[in-house]
Amino acid sequence: MRPVRFNINPIPANTKDSLAMVEAPEGYSGEGFFATKLSDVVGLARKNSLWPLPFATSCCGIEFMATMASHYDLARFGSERVGFSPRQCDLLMVMGTIAKKMAPVLRQVYLQMAEPRWVIAVGACASSGGIFDTYSVLQGIDQVIPVDVYVPGCPPRPEAILDGFMKVQDLVGQESLRRRNSEQYTALLESYGIQ
Amino acid sequence: MASFEAPKEANLKILQFLYDEPSLAFQFLTDITAVHYPDDSGRELAVVYHLHNLVENVRLRFKVFTSIEDPTIFTATQLFSSANWMERETYDFFGIQFVGHPNLKRILNVDEMDYFPLRKEFPLEDQTRIDKDDEMFGRGGSIR
Repeated sequence: MRPVRFNINPIPANTKDSLAMVEAPEGYSGEGFFATKLSDVVGLARKNSLWPLPFATSCCGIEFMATMASHYDLARFGSERVGFSPRQCDLLMVMGTIAKKMAPVLRQVYLQMAEPRWVIAVGACASSGGIFDTYSVLQGIDQVIPVDVYVPGCPPRPEAILDGFMKVQDLVGQESLRRRNSEQYTALLESYGIQ
Repeated sequence: MASFEAPKEANLKILQFLYDEPSLAFQFLTDITAVHYPDDSGRELAVVYHLHNLVENVRLRFKVFTSIEDPTIFTATQLFSSANWMERETYDFFGIQFVGHPNLKRILNVDEMDYFPLRKEFPLEDQTRIDKDDEMFGRGGSIR
């Protein structure tokens, strides 16, 4: 019979030099104070606690499940909490083919999200319709909602989704606090028919 | 599979006979669909019924043809309840008007669609794209 082995002498994990820590923003520090820009702090907080809303309709959604799971672990990037309510989420992740009949639903979900909100189109179908060049399929979600980051691939590997996610993090971290009130942003939403 | 054609006015009588006749008993409607033959003038649209005798496990295919100017056919919903959605789908994609259908509206495509996408005069590809102008994609070149 095979002996049962217990891990009675566990080796403590060596976390020295292997933990990724977010660096503090640029600023002036002195005895008991640290001064920096508010937008840097807000950006830092936002980019490392993005709440994604997965809108998964096909195989890219399966890749996203792998991305969320322990091996690739999206939670390392501050997205432990994958929300399923648009009211609570910051990042809409559209993964998969969007049929034209689904387009108003997707738009509704986007409208229900509170500002600031970001959108990532994962995979060929969400980005451009992909191989489904046909009467029933939306030729890219940017026809109905504005998109921040596109991830190519059919489907993209979890590494690619993580890369796209980190691109969104860069955008979020560098975003000006006034961007959502700017004329350009209003004009962008206007071009999609959103107020 | 045995297959036969009949005039479109007789479709209900034939379906009823195939249903009631004890030696035939085609009492299960597997599918209704349509085919578009654009070159066959006067008989452009074929409506195809797939029937199944579940006792003998025998299948039968039954076609009626109609012109594209007047694509009206009697509905089979009184005989088969399952014909309801199948006829809606056939209407949705081919524009067959099923006379007497209780709720003949689109079932799969968006309600705003103003054409019948599986008729051959309409290109299959989405025409809103401008980045694929290669004739291989059905845009720019000729279809034939």
